[in-house]
Amino acid sequence: MMNDMPQAVQEQTQGTGRRIGDVVLDLQNISLSFGGVKALTDISFNVREHEIRSIIGPNGAGKSSMLNVINGVYHPQEGRILFRGEERRRMEPHMAAEQGIARTFQNIALFKGMSVLDNIMTGRNLKMKSGLLANALYWGRAQKEEIEHRVKVEEIIDFLEIQDIRKTPVGALPYGLQKRVELGRALAAEPSLLLLDEPMAGMNVEEKQDMCRFILDVNDQFGTTIVLIEHDMGVVMDISDRVVVLDYGKKIGDGVPEEVRANEDVIRAYLGTSH
Amino acid sequence: MGFFLETLFGGLMAGMLYSLIALGFVLIYKASGVFNFAQGAMVLFAALAMARFAEWIPKWLGFESLLLANLLAFIVAMALMVVLAWVIERLCLSKLVNQEGITLLMATLGISYFLDGLGQTLFGNDIYSINVGMPKDPAMILEGTFEGGLLISKEDLVAALISAALVAALALFFQKTATGRALRAVADDHQAAQSIGIPLNRIWVIVWSVAGFAALVAGIIWGSKLGVQFSLSLVALKALPVVILGGLTSVPGAILGGLIIGVGEKLSEIYLGSFFGGGIEIWFAYVLALGFLLVRPQGLFGEKIIDRV
Repeated sequence: MMNDMPQAVQEQTQGTGRRIGDVVLDLQNISLSFGGVKALTDISFNVREHEIRSIIGPNGAGKSSMLNVINGVYHPQEGRILFRGEERRRMEPHMAAEQGIARTFQNIALFKGMSVLDNIMTGRNLKMKSGLLANALYWGRAQKEEIEHRVKVEEIIDFLEIQDIRKTPVGALPYGLQKRVELGRALAAEPSLLLLDEPMAGMNVEEKQDMCRFILDVNDQFGTTIVLIEHDMGVVMDISDRVVVLDYGKKIGDGVPEEVRANEDVIRAYLGTSH
Repeated sequence: MGFFLETLFGGLMAGMLYSLIALGFVLIYKASGVFNFAQGAMVLFAALAMARFAEWIPKWLGFESLLLANLLAFIVAMALMVVLAWVIERLCLSKLVNQEGITLLMATLGISYFLDGLGQTLFGNDIYSINVGMPKDPAMILEGTFEGGLLISKEDLVAALISAALVAALALFFQKTATGRALRAVADDHQAAQSIGIPLNRIWVIVWSVAGFAALVAGIIWGSKLGVQFSLSLVALKALPVVILGGLTSVPGAILGGLIIGVGEKLSEIYLGSFFGGGIEIWFAYVLALGFLLVRPQGLFGEKIIDRV
């Protein structure tokens, strides 16, 4: 099945005008367990440059674990992870960030005491070059740098249409907007790979449409590769280039939305249990 | 009137010294969400190091200048606090990433006992003095305005000014710089901070070093006032009501809380003492803190505690 994939992808991209490139992230035979509990069993799939790749599956299928493996939070006991062709050794989440991987969380993980602006500014953390001491003393260079980053952050604020709340503490914002701010913080790092953990969970239809639009725009305008976990099947089938389906920690399907929709195992495991 | 002002000033200056210690708590809490029970032990440890090195270094190197001795002792003691911060991070905090606050609190309780012991093992358990040339004699001011003038302790005044400067510098650091923002980010959410590339361990070393610096300054000031001995670590207990009052997450809160408690203690002792038979100063702060816990648990400036269900 893997071998047919590029063709299928190519066909799909012709419509949108985006160019999907080579494999950037390759996960091979990943197994992860916590004590005796197997969270992921022998899972292999890859992510191509510029594509929107979704991971779906029923609750407890291992979707978030998968994302945490990519992000370096969990370390799989077996399997290989190749990022940009290089095999990844043991790593920590902040190293993933250094390699250009940004993410959002299923349960919003914003810095609640800070304003929207400050939250998104933290996303620039890795881009800041001045040393700690200069930084601490707010000396010339650090100050100039701060202004440059601020410009970039304002662009993101415009992009996400949250200009009017930039000074609001995020704790005071409604859920949908918090999710948007979290996306903004991830974008501030100018990631090449963006991991979104249920970006539309708990949103109403309008908020979902907004979020879909932002995700597609990010992908289209910045060329960001996106790996996405989502429950809403309609959304997933609409915006994804390829979908991988997990159930009980095993991969049961992988392909373009049409293929996945027609896959017997998927229908049985996922759609079959969803009502 | 003159007497009232004198009491008020006395209270303000004592309050500033409480703020200085409270600041250590606030720094660590803000940046790592840990209520650091070991802050008092750090004050004692730093003061012991300062007192003993100021005594040893001139002997080792064979000079007599007090200024040089104090300067070198300060540098060595500060270096020691940085090493301590690094060791604490390595052996303790790095193993407890993403753990509950209560777990971290218990860990700092352990660190506190360890530090008490280590400090006295390394530096001895006598009473030592720190002499950084603080003026010991009181000054008389405003003699023209009030009859008899106002008697002010110069030592307290200098200490209060040093504390105020330190507090202002740290407040700016937290609010205005990128490093300060990274520290606040770590305080809010470990996981999210890691995801944007903030290395937790480095941040923790920085925070504990800064808290160590605050402890050193507090240790020197309190140590030169009271002498360096085990009871110095108990001064930190005075800072607990201050942080409850001011809010655990607020640097300005630590200052104002300290001032309120300093002034409240002195004024209540003078004006209410006779009704209760005296000794109010000892428990006033704690009763005030208790009242605050009932009415406004986040303190005056703390972040509001909102639980979403």
